[in-house]
Amino acid sequence: MLTWSFNPLNPKMFQITKSPIFYLNSFLQQVGEVGLLFFQTFKNLFKKPWEKKIFIQQLEEIGVRSLPVVSLTAAFGGLVFGLQTYLGFHRYIGPGSETYGGPIISLGLSKELIPILVGLMVSGRVGSAMAAEIGTMKITEQIDALFSLGADPTRYLVVPRTLASLVMLPCLTIYGDIIGMAAGFFYNVYLMGVNRVLYIRNTLLYMELWDIMSGLIKSAVFGVIIALIGCWQGLRTEGGAEGVGRATTRTVVIASILILIVNFFLSKALPADL
Amino acid sequence: MIQVVDLHKSFGHNKVLQGVNLRLKHGETLVIIGQSGCGKSVLLKHIIGLLKPDKGQVLVDGVDITNLKADELHKITRRFGMLFQGSALFDSMTVGQNVSFGLERYTEFSPEEIKELVKESLAKVGLIGIENLMPYELSGGMKKRVGLARAIAYRPDIILYDEPSTGIDPIRADAINDLAIRMKQELKVATIIITHDMVSAYKVADRIGMLYGGQIIEMGSPEQIKNSENQVVQQFIHGRAEGPIKNW
Repeated sequence: MLTWSFNPLNPKMFQITKSPIFYLNSFLQQVGEVGLLFFQTFKNLFKKPWEKKIFIQQLEEIGVRSLPVVSLTAAFGGLVFGLQTYLGFHRYIGPGSETYGGPIISLGLSKELIPILVGLMVSGRVGSAMAAEIGTMKITEQIDALFSLGADPTRYLVVPRTLASLVMLPCLTIYGDIIGMAAGFFYNVYLMGVNRVLYIRNTLLYMELWDIMSGLIKSAVFGVIIALIGCWQGLRTEGGAEGVGRATTRTVVIASILILIVNFFLSKALPADL
Repeated sequence: MIQVVDLHKSFGHNKVLQGVNLRLKHGETLVIIGQSGCGKSVLLKHIIGLLKPDKGQVLVDGVDITNLKADELHKITRRFGMLFQGSALFDSMTVGQNVSFGLERYTEFSPEEIKELVKESLAKVGLIGIENLMPYELSGGMKKRVGLARAIAYRPDIILYDEPSTGIDPIRADAINDLAIRMKQELKVATIIITHDMVSAYKVADRIGMLYGGQIIEMGSPEQIKNSENQVVQQFIHGRAEGPIKNW
């Protein structure tokens, strides 16, 4: 089956493009590639030699070096969330009810906003760097060199990155939770004059450990998504510097979209409380 | 030692290899010549197991490596050392770390022994005291030599050279040829060299094979190749634009 698409640069105005079957085929093939990479990564987790040095380097790259950007986004996320909850309670419930903003802010930040913000920030900062680094290695034959030295590129490149991402995303998320909640507290209590004792009491009364835990589970999944997409795009890079550029852009786009989609399904699948 | 049997490989509609057959004996140097883009590097990547053929076999001491599982294949690839066209040094590692890569991971040597082996491998290619330099601090010729030191550090049985003289001046290219001859004599390794540089080919080869149209169309000693009656071979070795080869 053929489809027609509008192309204003084409003098004939219309051109024949590939059939939807082609695109479906290509999509399924790519899903298969990621699935296979996930399977190989999991299988290689338990095989020696473990690349401890690269794992530690990646912990630093993904975790420590993402702290400034996570601090900023979490702080402003917490501030704006604090602002809107204050407005909401003040307008719809009435003066004095703003102290209930504490648990709402904590719930919203720890379950949804912080895991998503951390995921998006890390996919932009680290996922793209993984794709660029591995992609450059691919086009300069360094991946082939690894293979020729008897090393499995998945074990050497993908496993330490995925493991480090799996460990560091929850760490960044809990750090972001603290910063975000502190920012919400600061806005309500110090800027808007909400009663400090009641704000803290309500927060501690209604907030549950599961709210934080479910956010951490989500962020661990996002960590695996970011590392796998970055490494997958890097390993399939072709066509020189332009190819590396395409791989980094695709990594950010695919990982960000997947994070948003998977977040919804995880929110549905994980119980509201235990 | 290595036998390639009826090897076929296509990329989309482009049939690159169409029934390649060749044999490499212990301690022999085989040079594969051919036009740029004729499939020489593709052939080399099949021999080391980097690519899977559409049809055919690559036998290393009688074991067909085209159907091996990843772990078994990696054990066999550790018998190979390969010098890549662009050297392919790991740019995040020092020269020393590049050369010791395989030794650190797949041998039982102590760190001190590995250090000595790295020094020894670098000395064999004429480089001393550069272990702590990064690849970007090296010239093209030095990179090639470090690439060769990395390839021989593991004491391979077979060394593969992918266009060793490309991208460096004729004097350095000749130095690399001398190194290839010395490696063969000192380490008693079998060697396959891919090149389109006839000066290098005549100097280092025990046998020369010409790849054209996806097949080895001529195989023989350097003298036999010089005196070949095949017009394609004659056009290529004399570097003439006119002749049966039109697709340049």
